Amino acid sequence: MHSSSQSSETNQQVLAVPLREHKGGLMTAVKATLMRDLTLMLRRRGEVLNPLVFFALVITLFPIAISPDPELLAVIAPGLLWVAALLAALLSLDSLFRSDYDDGSLEQLLLAPQPLVALSLAKVAVHWLLTGLPLALMAPILGIILALPAGSYAVLALSLALGTASLSLIGAIGAALTVGLARGGVLLSLLVLPLYIPVLIFGAGAVQAAILGDGVSAHLAILGALLAASLMLAPWAIAASLRISING
Amino acid sequence: MSLCLQARQLACERDDRWLFQGLDLEVRSGEIVRIEGPNGSGKTSLLKILSGQLSDYQGELFWNGAAMNGAREHFLANLLYLGHAPGIKSGLSPLENLAWYQALSGEGGHEEQRLEALERVGLAGFEDVPAGQLSAGQQRRVALARLTLTPRALWVLDEPFTAIDRHGVADLEKQLVAHAQAGGCVLVTTHHELTASPLLRRISLG
Repeated sequence: MHSSSQSSETNQQVLAVPLREHKGGLMTAVKATLMRDLTLMLRRRGEVLNPLVFFALVITLFPIAISPDPELLAVIAPGLLWVAALLAALLSLDSLFRSDYDDGSLEQLLLAPQPLVALSLAKVAVHWLLTGLPLALMAPILGIILALPAGSYAVLALSLALGTASLSLIGAIGAALTVGLARGGVLLSLLVLPLYIPVLIFGAGAVQAAILGDGVSAHLAILGALLAASLMLAPWAIAASLRISING
Repeated sequence: MSLCLQARQLACERDDRWLFQGLDLEVRSGEIVRIEGPNGSGKTSLLKILSGQLSDYQGELFWNGAAMNGAREHFLANLLYLGHAPGIKSGLSPLENLAWYQALSGEGGHEEQRLEALERVGLAGFEDVPAGQLSAGQQRRVALARLTLTPRALWVLDEPFTAIDRHGVADLEKQLVAHAQAGGCVLVTTHHELTASPLLRRISLG
């Protein structure tokens, strides 16, 4: 038996399926994954609308349950909006990798000759585009219901857009860790909620600051910093967690 | 260039039970290796270890003589793995499913190639039907279309005959033999009796 190495070039014409060197194509793979997940989600509109409906329901119930007094509502509005948006984002996390795990495409994703880090980042980006971003765009409308003082609407949307991106990234770590478990939903919440706290504090803080007329740039800068940190670290954690889950 | 996947002293434990121990295995170009054994004997686990999905095992893997850890990228670029679950998205059409798989390996590909691959597995006319509306056998055929669409030297197939009709089984068997004759290599588990062929080798577990 001869040792197989690159030296046996003479055999190559005989082989109908020559060995291939790995050659790039990362952008093709990432783009295709983005398009695939977007198409899939847009075909299952219920799943996209679910967190948004939840967000709207929670916010509309508060003035009814507490008091329609605009002054009281204005005080609690930033916190309420942020907590409801956070929970809505959390609700949608469980399905992030679930269907891929169930139908076997997750193991195919792991076996692709492309860095899993980039591919999972594409999946998280789609999650944010269809959950975090719509939540951020919807929040100002719900702000009206809570008599949110004028001048804080733009900050609310901006802080949510920045914050939910971190939430998607951090949450995806938990989703990846629990994807192999039949009922991972509760565990997922317990895992990621503590990590959500800093985002919540600075997100709600930014809106509060806007209402009080203080500078919001510090809060938004910290939200941006949190996002930058999650963007740098979370993809690696997600990829590692997926490998652990597939191992299970 | 021939290919060679080697495993030395493989051992895998599941729930305090050894699935296999001290397993030495060598798969070379031009071979069809059938992993045999009763249910629960670790066939799927072995295929997952060999395709680099499970890391919870003892022993060593070599790809073309180099330790797997260092050669993983080259290995993955030459591997086509079809698992128990076909990996087909029910919300996407067969064409879209195949397009994703093609793109995953870094090729843009052409629609004609995908249509041709689907026709080859007998799915002409179902290109744009959501895969969720196809039968289990048809979904498996979509997955099998990858064998022609994205040519790879090493095929690792876990129960590829599941849900496939008799005609399809014969076609697939021919395809396996042709692949091995062309210098490719097939690792397969199946409960289906494969026609005897000089290229076929058996490894029994359990």
